[in-house]
Amino acid sequence: MYLNQFLLLSVFLFCAGMYGVMTRKHTVLVLMSVELMLAAVNINLVAFGAHYNDPVGQVFALFVLTIAAAEVGVGLAIVLLIYRNLHSSNPDEVDVLRG
Amino acid sequence: MLVAENVFFYALAAVMAIGAVRVVTTNNVVHAALYLVVVLAGGAGQFLLLGQEFVAWVQVIVYIGAVLVLFLFGIMLTRAPMRADEPLNNDLRALALLPTALLAVVLSIVLIDQFDDTKLGLTEPIRTSEVTRSIFRQYLVPFELVGVLLLGALIGAVVLARRD
Repeated sequence: MYLNQFLLLSVFLFCAGMYGVMTRKHTVLVLMSVELMLAAVNINLVAFGAHYNDPVGQVFALFVLTIAAAEVGVGLAIVLLIYRNLHSSNPDEVDVLRG
Repeated sequence: MLVAENVFFYALAAVMAIGAVRVVTTNNVVHAALYLVVVLAGGAGQFLLLGQEFVAWVQVIVYIGAVLVLFLFGIMLTRAPMRADEPLNNDLRALALLPTALLAVVLSIVLIDQFDDTKLGLTEPIRTSEVTRSIFRQYLVPFELVGVLLLGALIGAVVLARRD
Protein backbone atom coordinates (compact mmCIF):
# COMPACT_ATOMS: atom_id res chain seq x y z
CA MET A 1 0.00 0.00 0.00
CA TYR A 2 1.12 3.49 -0.81
CA LEU A 3 0.86 6.45 1.51
CA ASN A 4 -0.71 8.48 -1.28
CA GLN A 5 -3.81 6.27 -1.47
CA PHE A 6 -4.91 7.52 1.92
CA LEU A 7 -3.83 11.11 1.36
CA LEU A 8 -5.75 11.39 -1.92
CA LEU A 9 -8.86 9.84 -0.37
CA SER A 10 -8.59 12.46 2.33
CA VAL A 11 -8.23 15.22 -0.30
CA PHE A 12 -11.46 14.04 -1.90
CA LEU A 13 -13.36 13.98 1.38
CA PHE A 14 -12.03 17.41 2.35
CA CYS A 15 -13.07 18.92 -0.98
CA ALA A 16 -16.53 17.35 -0.74
CA GLY A 17 -16.87 18.88 2.73
CA MET A 18 -15.74 22.27 1.48
CA TYR A 19 -18.28 22.15 -1.34
CA GLY A 20 -20.98 21.31 1.21
CA VAL A 21 -20.03 24.20 3.46
CA MET A 22 -20.32 26.60 0.53
CA THR A 23 -23.59 25.32 -0.96
CA ARG A 24 -25.80 23.81 1.75
CA LYS A 25 -28.93 25.73 2.70
CA HIS A 26 -29.51 24.11 6.09
CA THR A 27 -27.22 24.91 9.00
CA VAL A 28 -27.19 21.34 10.30
CA LEU A 29 -26.03 20.20 6.87
CA VAL A 30 -23.25 22.80 6.93
CA LEU A 31 -22.12 21.35 10.27
CA MET A 32 -22.19 17.87 8.72
CA SER A 33 -19.93 19.08 5.92
CA VAL A 34 -17.54 20.46 8.52
CA GLU A 35 -17.52 17.00 10.12
CA LEU A 36 -16.63 15.56 6.73
CA MET A 37 -13.63 17.88 6.53
CA LEU A 38 -12.52 16.94 10.04
CA ALA A 39 -12.81 13.24 9.20
CA ALA A 40 -10.58 13.84 6.16
CA VAL A 41 -7.98 15.51 8.35
CA ASN A 42 -8.14 12.55 10.73
CA ILE A 43 -7.39 10.10 7.92
CA ASN A 44 -4.36 12.21 7.05
CA LEU A 45 -3.07 12.24 10.62
CA VAL A 46 -3.57 8.50 11.08
CA ALA A 47 -1.96 7.69 7.71
CA PHE A 48 1.17 9.63 8.63
CA GLY A 49 1.18 8.05 12.08
CA ALA A 50 1.11 4.63 10.43
CA HIS A 51 3.77 5.68 7.92
CA TYR A 52 6.23 6.65 10.64
CA ASN A 53 5.13 3.87 13.03
CA ASP A 54 4.40 6.49 15.65
CA PRO A 55 1.38 6.50 18.02
CA VAL A 56 1.33 10.29 17.90
CA GLY A 57 -0.83 10.18 14.77
CA GLN A 58 -3.55 8.44 16.72
CA VAL A 59 -3.16 10.83 19.66
CA PHE A 60 -3.72 13.87 17.46
CA ALA A 61 -6.61 12.16 15.69
CA LEU A 62 -8.19 11.62 19.12
CA PHE A 63 -7.75 15.31 19.91
CA VAL A 64 -9.43 16.21 16.62
CA LEU A 65 -12.31 13.84 17.46
CA THR A 66 -12.76 15.50 20.84
CA ILE A 67 -12.71 19.00 19.40
CA ALA A 68 -15.21 17.87 16.74
CA ALA A 69 -17.57 16.56 19.42
CA ALA A 70 -17.34 19.85 21.32
CA GLU A 71 -17.87 21.80 18.10
CA VAL A 72 -20.99 19.84 17.22
CA GLY A 73 -22.44 20.31 20.69
CA VAL A 74 -21.98 24.08 20.75
CA GLY A 75 -22.78 24.42 17.04
CA LEU A 76 -26.12 22.67 17.34
CA ALA A 77 -27.01 24.76 20.39
CA ILE A 78 -26.34 27.90 18.34
CA VAL A 79 -28.35 26.52 15.40
CA LEU A 80 -31.24 25.84 17.77
CA LEU A 81 -31.04 29.34 19.20
CA ILE A 82 -30.99 30.92 15.72
CA TYR A 83 -33.98 28.78 14.71
CA ARG A 84 -35.87 29.83 17.81
CA ASN A 85 -35.20 33.53 17.28
CA LEU A 86 -35.35 33.89 13.49
CA HIS A 87 -37.53 30.86 12.60
CA SER A 88 -35.08 29.89 9.91
CA SER A 89 -32.30 27.36 9.61
CA ASN A 90 -30.92 28.75 6.36
CA PRO A 91 -27.51 30.35 6.96
CA ASP A 92 -28.13 32.69 3.99
CA GLU A 93 -31.10 34.24 5.80
CA VAL A 94 -29.17 35.04 8.96
CA ASP A 95 -28.11 38.51 7.87
CA VAL A 96 -29.13 40.63 10.86
CA LEU A 97 -25.68 42.19 11.00
CA ARG A 98 -25.68 43.15 7.32
CA GLY A 99 -25.36 46.92 6.94
CA MET B 1 -2.00 -10.14 1.50
CA LEU B 2 -1.06 -7.04 -0.45
CA VAL B 3 -3.78 -7.63 -3.02
CA ALA B 4 -6.35 -8.21 -0.29
CA GLU B 5 -5.32 -4.97 1.40
CA ASN B 6 -5.69 -3.03 -1.82
CA VAL B 7 -9.07 -4.57 -2.63
CA PHE B 8 -10.27 -3.68 0.87
CA PHE B 9 -8.92 -0.15 0.52
CA TYR B 10 -10.44 0.59 -2.86
CA ALA B 11 -13.82 -0.94 -1.98
CA LEU B 12 -13.97 1.17 1.19
CA ALA B 13 -12.69 4.25 -0.61
CA ALA B 14 -15.34 3.96 -3.33
CA VAL B 15 -18.12 3.62 -0.74
CA MET B 16 -16.74 6.58 1.21
CA ALA B 17 -16.44 8.75 -1.90
CA ILE B 18 -20.02 8.03 -2.96
CA GLY B 19 -21.23 8.62 0.58
CA ALA B 20 -19.34 11.92 0.82
CA VAL B 21 -20.84 13.18 -2.44
CA ARG B 22 -24.31 12.18 -1.28
CA VAL B 23 -23.81 13.97 2.07
CA VAL B 24 -23.34 17.27 0.26
CA THR B 25 -25.89 16.77 -2.53
CA THR B 26 -28.87 14.79 -1.19
CA ASN B 27 -32.14 16.65 -0.72
CA ASN B 28 -33.13 14.78 2.41
CA VAL B 29 -31.57 15.91 5.68
CA VAL B 30 -31.93 12.55 7.42
CA HIS B 31 -30.40 10.76 4.44
CA ALA B 32 -27.44 13.15 4.63
CA ALA B 33 -26.89 12.14 8.27
CA LEU B 34 -27.08 8.46 7.36
CA TYR B 35 -24.61 8.91 4.48
CA LEU B 36 -22.32 10.64 6.96
CA VAL B 37 -22.50 7.43 9.03
CA VAL B 38 -21.34 5.48 5.95
CA VAL B 39 -18.38 7.82 5.41
CA LEU B 40 -17.33 7.75 9.05
CA ALA B 41 -17.67 3.96 9.30
CA GLY B 42 -15.54 3.70 6.17
CA GLY B 43 -13.00 5.94 7.86
CA ALA B 44 -12.94 3.59 10.83
CA GLY B 45 -12.34 0.72 8.38
CA GLN B 46 -9.39 2.62 6.89
CA PHE B 47 -7.97 3.13 10.37
CA LEU B 48 -8.19 -0.62 10.98
CA LEU B 49 -6.47 -1.20 7.64
CA LEU B 50 -3.70 1.13 8.81
CA GLY B 51 -3.33 -0.92 12.00
CA GLN B 52 -4.60 1.85 14.31
CA GLU B 53 -7.23 0.02 16.30
CA PHE B 54 -7.83 2.42 19.15
CA VAL B 55 -8.74 5.46 17.07
CA ALA B 56 -10.91 3.25 14.82
CA TRP B 57 -13.12 2.15 17.70
CA VAL B 58 -13.16 5.63 19.21
CA GLN B 59 -14.37 6.88 15.83
CA VAL B 60 -17.20 4.33 15.87
CA ILE B 61 -18.22 5.12 19.45
CA VAL B 62 -17.85 8.89 19.44
CA TYR B 63 -18.81 9.80 15.88
CA ILE B 64 -21.35 7.18 14.95
CA GLY B 65 -22.61 6.70 18.49
CA ALA B 66 -22.75 10.22 19.85
CA VAL B 67 -22.23 12.91 17.23
CA LEU B 68 -24.72 11.43 14.79
CA VAL B 69 -27.39 11.22 17.50
CA LEU B 70 -26.74 14.90 18.19
CA PHE B 71 -27.19 15.63 14.49
CA LEU B 72 -30.47 13.74 14.38
CA PHE B 73 -31.68 15.72 17.39
CA GLY B 74 -30.63 18.92 15.65
CA ILE B 75 -32.61 17.90 12.57
CA MET B 76 -35.68 17.12 14.67
CA LEU B 77 -35.51 20.30 16.73
CA THR B 78 -35.11 22.65 13.77
CA ARG B 79 -37.96 20.93 11.89
CA ALA B 80 -35.81 20.38 8.84
CA PRO B 81 -37.66 19.67 5.60
CA MET B 82 -37.84 15.90 5.15
CA ARG B 83 -39.33 16.04 1.66
CA ALA B 84 -37.21 16.03 -1.45
CA ASP B 85 -39.24 18.61 -3.33
CA GLU B 86 -37.01 21.64 -2.81
CA PRO B 87 -33.26 21.52 -3.29
CA LEU B 88 -31.18 21.95 -0.15
CA ASN B 89 -28.26 23.45 -2.07
CA ASN B 90 -28.20 27.15 -2.87
CA ASP B 91 -27.63 28.77 -6.26
CA LEU B 92 -23.86 28.81 -5.88
CA ARG B 93 -23.50 25.16 -6.92
CA ALA B 94 -21.54 25.78 -10.13
CA LEU B 95 -19.56 28.63 -8.63
CA ALA B 96 -18.63 26.58 -5.57
CA LEU B 97 -17.36 23.75 -7.74
CA LEU B 98 -14.64 26.03 -9.08
CA PRO B 99 -12.61 26.61 -5.87
CA THR B 100 -13.36 23.02 -4.80
CA ALA B 101 -11.90 21.58 -8.00
CA LEU B 102 -9.00 24.03 -7.80
CA LEU B 103 -8.16 22.93 -4.25
CA ALA B 104 -8.47 19.26 -5.20
CA VAL B 105 -6.17 19.66 -8.20
CA VAL B 106 -3.55 21.68 -6.32
CA LEU B 107 -3.49 19.30 -3.34
CA SER B 108 -3.34 16.25 -5.62
CA ILE B 109 -0.46 17.70 -7.63
CA VAL B 110 1.48 18.52 -4.46
CA LEU B 111 0.85 15.08 -2.94
CA ILE B 112 1.68 13.16 -6.11
CA ASP B 113 4.80 15.26 -6.56
CA GLN B 114 5.92 14.63 -3.00
CA PHE B 115 4.79 11.08 -2.13
CA ASP B 116 4.33 9.48 -5.53
CA ASP B 117 5.87 6.09 -4.79
CA THR B 118 6.26 6.27 -1.04
CA LYS B 119 5.36 2.87 0.34
CA LEU B 120 3.52 2.92 3.64
CA GLY B 121 6.17 2.37 6.32
CA LEU B 122 3.78 0.43 8.53
CA THR B 123 5.46 -2.61 10.06
CA GLU B 124 3.00 -3.73 12.72
CA PRO B 125 -0.23 -2.42 14.26
CA ILE B 126 0.21 0.28 16.86
CA ARG B 127 -1.01 -1.06 20.17
CA THR B 128 -3.42 0.79 22.42
CA SER B 129 -0.86 0.66 25.24
CA GLU B 130 1.56 2.70 23.13
CA VAL B 131 -1.15 5.25 22.38
CA THR B 132 -2.13 5.64 26.02
CA ARG B 133 1.52 5.89 27.06
CA SER B 134 1.94 8.68 24.53
CA ILE B 135 -1.19 10.47 25.78
CA PHE B 136 -0.41 10.21 29.47
CA ARG B 137 3.30 11.01 29.27
CA GLN B 138 4.10 13.23 26.33
CA TYR B 139 0.70 14.83 25.80
CA LEU B 140 -0.73 14.93 29.32
CA VAL B 141 -1.24 18.71 29.43
CA PRO B 142 -3.08 18.93 26.06
CA PHE B 143 -5.17 15.95 27.12
CA GLU B 144 -6.28 17.66 30.32
CA LEU B 145 -6.89 20.90 28.43
CA VAL B 146 -9.12 19.05 25.98
CA GLY B 147 -11.05 17.62 28.92
CA VAL B 148 -11.62 21.13 30.31
CA LEU B 149 -12.63 22.31 26.83
CA LEU B 150 -15.22 19.54 26.55
CA LEU B 151 -16.66 20.50 29.93
CA GLY B 152 -16.78 24.13 28.83
CA ALA B 153 -18.51 23.17 25.59
CA LEU B 154 -21.03 21.06 27.51
CA ILE B 155 -21.90 23.90 29.89
CA GLY B 156 -21.94 26.40 27.03
CA ALA B 157 -24.30 24.27 24.98
CA VAL B 158 -26.68 23.85 27.93
CA VAL B 159 -26.65 27.59 28.65
CA LEU B 160 -27.26 28.45 24.97
CA ALA B 161 -30.06 25.99 24.34
CA ARG B 162 -31.88 26.44 27.63
CA ARG B 163 -35.25 28.18 27.54
CA ASP B 164 -35.46 31.02 30.07
